[in-house]
Amino acid sequence: MTKRASDVSVSPPSPPRRRSKYTLAPLVLIAANVVLFALFFVWPAVIGLVYSFTNYTGVGVFQWVGLDNYQNLFGDSTFYDALTRTLLYTVLFVPLNFVVSLLAANLVVSKHAKGGSVARVVFFIPWLLSPIVVGVLWRWMFGENFGLVNYVIEKFGGDAVPWQSNADLSLLVVVMAAAWAWTGFTMLLFIAAIKNVPVSYYEAASLDGAGPWRQFFSITLPSIAPTSFIVILLNTINSMKEYPVFVALNNGGPGTSNNLLVQYIYETGFKRGQIGYASAASFVLMLILMAVAVVQLMVNRRVENR
Amino acid sequence: MTTTDIPRPADVGSGRSVSKKRPRKTATGGLRQAVSATTLLWIMACLYGFPVLWFVLSSFKPASDLFSYPLTLVPHNPTLSGFRAAWDSANFSQYFINTALVCVITTILTVGVSCCTGYALAKYDNRWLKAFFLCMLATTMLPGEVMLAPEFLVVRNLGLYNSFAGIILPAVLTATGCFMFRQFFLTVPDELVEAARIDGAKELSIFLRIMVPLSRPIMLTLAILSFQWRWNDYIWPLLMLNDPNKFTVQIGIQSIVGAQNINWSVLLGASVISMIPLIAIFLVFQRYVMGADINAGLKD
Repeated sequence: MTKRASDVSVSPPSPPRRRSKYTLAPLVLIAANVVLFALFFVWPAVIGLVYSFTNYTGVGVFQWVGLDNYQNLFGDSTFYDALTRTLLYTVLFVPLNFVVSLLAANLVVSKHAKGGSVARVVFFIPWLLSPIVVGVLWRWMFGENFGLVNYVIEKFGGDAVPWQSNADLSLLVVVMAAAWAWTGFTMLLFIAAIKNVPVSYYEAASLDGAGPWRQFFSITLPSIAPTSFIVILLNTINSMKEYPVFVALNNGGPGTSNNLLVQYIYETGFKRGQIGYASAASFVLMLILMAVAVVQLMVNRRVENR
Repeated sequence: MTTTDIPRPADVGSGRSVSKKRPRKTATGGLRQAVSATTLLWIMACLYGFPVLWFVLSSFKPASDLFSYPLTLVPHNPTLSGFRAAWDSANFSQYFINTALVCVITTILTVGVSCCTGYALAKYDNRWLKAFFLCMLATTMLPGEVMLAPEFLVVRNLGLYNSFAGIILPAVLTATGCFMFRQFFLTVPDELVEAARIDGAKELSIFLRIMVPLSRPIMLTLAILSFQWRWNDYIWPLLMLNDPNKFTVQIGIQSIVGAQNINWSVLLGASVISMIPLIAIFLVFQRYVMGADINAGLKD
């Protein structure tokens, strides 16, 4: 004990060496999470990989089938439809959510706008609703025969829009619903980032005569770039695994036209009992997410080092 | 050190956050800007608030009025019959209790475990802690949904199928929670730990007596987030639970939506009831979410 005390008071030692003396305490502290990580992340990942090479159905014996599952997957048009639909949903959802959240964040922190703190709560409340309730809510608004939106359209002399029976319009409703529901959280990330931009930048810019748009594009947007990358990354991951909003809003329909990947995995794995085949589909999704994450991190690093 | 305010994370840097206020000079177009910004803000807020308002007001309509034209925003004969029918039907009160139980237990465990891990990652330094940090990062990139089938088999092999433990335990590990605590503890000066060590405090009692009380604001923020995640969870409880007496609220609502003929009166009532707890918690603890410098723990 005395040795440690003198150690600190005499000379400031380098932090890493000093800290590495402690091994038991951090081990105890992370023990619970290490166990959980091993049980619910490593173990499923390993057996998932193994099962993806078998014809396991969840019970009984199974046979090694090599790469058959993956080959079948690439010949499976249902899988392709689910994959392209998922990518289309992601491509629509991520930019829309990005733009509306950034707009909301800018308006809320703007000194010119009155009532920002109340509006912030209004923007945030949809995030508190569960994806199921969000789906129910938008189904209620966009019902073909009973929804408010079609009622208003007909009131103004338009024809009822097939929000439920047209596959593309149906997807569009989900995109809007999800963007609406996720705005609150994304907005919080942006608000935190915008508040950290030094005020002096804006003061200098306005002295030089830069208008609000110029200030936004030349100061705000570059300054919050790291947050923007995180937002895009998180939203991409979230939209690739979207399922509950679809299930409540249109049950992946009309028909199976809006079945996304997770729903495909769920239906093949749990309704048809093809655990091996579903595991292979899971691994394709996993590879896509990993590729997205790696690309994002690489771009992020390059931007930050510039 | 004020314990009520959430300190900004270390990566912000002291020089960058000199002042939060932004006293911009009111230029010549100041008034016009103020008017247009305020108008835009409120148009947007109305667009966001209206669906919720319409939904909630609709739930007060009697079943016979739901589809009667012309549609009105405010119900003519407000009634609670939809709520009452929802509460009585299909064991909804039981679902509510189940969900509350799962949420509270998971949240307590999540906060506790994340606090420990976050502290270890922030204040200790060795090779396998760094490795574990990367492992945690991997879990954010690969969420549980992508491994539904194998994760289901693991939980079944552990004998947790159709039990609350089967939904609680896999949900306790969250990278976001650990990173939030890690960033908070990075802002706590190392000197505090050193001083306690000089006074002869043991490592774990430094953590329990000094660090845990300091991190109370983060605990509340994470507790609210965790409660929201678990309350709104759908797919995992759906897979795990087989016994209708153990269903959660979200499964209950989805079973009403999935019916051949949707009973909208009951559905609206059930949905609005399910929204109440989270909105109430949020309104009470608002500043812990709104004031928090949430960056999902990933900005580093």
